Amino acid sequence: MRLSNTQQLFSKTKKFKLTGDNIFKILAAVVAASALVILLIIGYTLAEGSVPVLREFGLSFFFGQQWNPIAGKEAFSILPYVLGTLATSGIALLIGVPLSLGIAIFLVEMAPRSLRLPISYLVELLAAVPSVIYGLWGLFVFRFWMLNYIETPVSTYLGWIPFFSSSLKGLNIFTAGAILAIMIIPTIASISKEVLSAVPNSIREGAYSIGATKWEVIQHWVLSYGRSGIFGAIILGLGRAVGETMAVTMLIGNAIGPAAMPTSLFSSSQTLASLIANGFMEAPRGSLASSAYIGAGLTLLFISLLINVGAHLVMTRVFKVKGGAVE
Amino acid sequence: MMTTQEQNISKTIPNQYPPIIDAAAKMQAINVDVWFGQKQVLKSVNLTVKPNTVTAIIGPSGCGKSTFLRCFNRMHELVPNAKMAGQILLDGENIYSRQIDPVQIRRRVGMVFQKPNPFPTMSIYDNVAAGLKLTGVKKDKNLDEIVRHSLERATLWEEVKEDLKKPGTSISGGQQQRLCIARAIALQPEVILMDEPCSALDPIATAKIEKLVTELKQDYAVVIVTHNMQQASRVSDYTAFMYLGELIEVGETRQIFENPKNKLTEKYITGEFG
Repeated sequence: MRLSNTQQLFSKTKKFKLTGDNIFKILAAVVAASALVILLIIGYTLAEGSVPVLREFGLSFFFGQQWNPIAGKEAFSILPYVLGTLATSGIALLIGVPLSLGIAIFLVEMAPRSLRLPISYLVELLAAVPSVIYGLWGLFVFRFWMLNYIETPVSTYLGWIPFFSSSLKGLNIFTAGAILAIMIIPTIASISKEVLSAVPNSIREGAYSIGATKWEVIQHWVLSYGRSGIFGAIILGLGRAVGETMAVTMLIGNAIGPAAMPTSLFSSSQTLASLIANGFMEAPRGSLASSAYIGAGLTLLFISLLINVGAHLVMTRVFKVKGGAVE
Repeated sequence: MMTTQEQNISKTIPNQYPPIIDAAAKMQAINVDVWFGQKQVLKSVNLTVKPNTVTAIIGPSGCGKSTFLRCFNRMHELVPNAKMAGQILLDGENIYSRQIDPVQIRRRVGMVFQKPNPFPTMSIYDNVAAGLKLTGVKKDKNLDEIVRHSLERATLWEEVKEDLKKPGTSISGGQQQRLCIARAIALQPEVILMDEPCSALDPIATAKIEKLVTELKQDYAVVIVTHNMQQASRVSDYTAFMYLGELIEVGETRQIFENPKNKLTEKYITGEFG
């Protein structure tokens, strides 16, 4: 007699056997769980490590501006670096997103077939350049371009506006943000390219058939259809920009304390990542300073998670993505 | 309509066929050749489309009938590597002449595709209004009126009037296809091209579209590509038979189906190949 589904589900007569399939199942489950476990371990370590500094300074760790690791005069607040992180990432997106979308649109909608592959390879090669190389090039070449062609003219004529005042060194959030923009282009451009290629041709044809021009087809149909995917690409780029360390550390000017507040487009600052990279090795183990750096790390992790979870919510709630399609 | 004599001429010396411009024609294809890369897919095709008629283009798959249809609103230009020679006249004016903007042609010559392709990111209302919005028509009572009229004309209004804000893809396949017809009508075109509009639909939806096609000819010239011969005989006034990139025979539908002059046409009609 055949058992009903429910009976089968609850019958315990079937003995567990160590077949190849079962071994594979267990292995796969362990590997899948490892990602979560690693995240939890890192989170726990950071949380535990930052307890001393949070106990000492409380909320002022997040909202003050002072940073002084000298024993006896310790003061640790990360607000300037949180803002520095957001400012550089914001600049990176402002510059990088239009460029990346332009690349993606050109590759999918305009480029002749013979150009398509070589250009996409070149764009993806940008991602293969190590961060420190961007930092070096930025330090020796790129920052002087920024200084001579943007920072100096802008601050000369608009310097009376605090937002454009400058100390004319070329090492500031604008230079760091611009380098970040270059670094996130391959991520955003190549994902957007895939997203745009996935837009069904029937949609383009329908649009052309009612008298849309090429630009209108791109603007009203292709980008609109791919908007959730493009949003996802931008968030991935943002994730990279927020956590990027080496190149930013070399270009942001590494101000500390209240001086690191990003009050002007051309002010020196620090990001959470560059703060940690610059100072962590000098903080004695177990000291309050070391705990402060760990706290900064915890905040950075939290911001990254927030961006990712927030992006996921936006994708599912606002765009109502279901099975890859936009409703 | 071409006489038998003219057809014979066109077949014996196809490339020298003199362009006899038919002043009564809404559209006229003269010696149309199309290549995809090196491959020639249309060979010197001639066809006249009269106003307020339905012209069916039949033929086995791969005979070039869809490609030919797409020449009438310059949609084939969107295919990379496509080349075209010959002329297509719209009211006596060659739509391929240099000073003509394909965008304007596509507004005058609407198109309905094989698979219903309403715009998924737009509401039913916006699907119909999209073409007009491109021309700068603002959203107002007048636009509402055109949308309503187009949907009524496509016999869809009663079914969707409560759901105009829902996505264009939320309705059934047959309704989607009628939405696409409404989308084409909204621009008040002069000619409507239909590329196997029923091939993805069930028999009931097909019957609705066929009835609609025969109604549409009151206002428009309709050219319909179909591989369904019964459909061609039901909806069309004129039928053109194409085979391997050539137009073999064209004539009044009844004549083509009851008394085809060409052996190939007869074989195809009687189902000997295809």
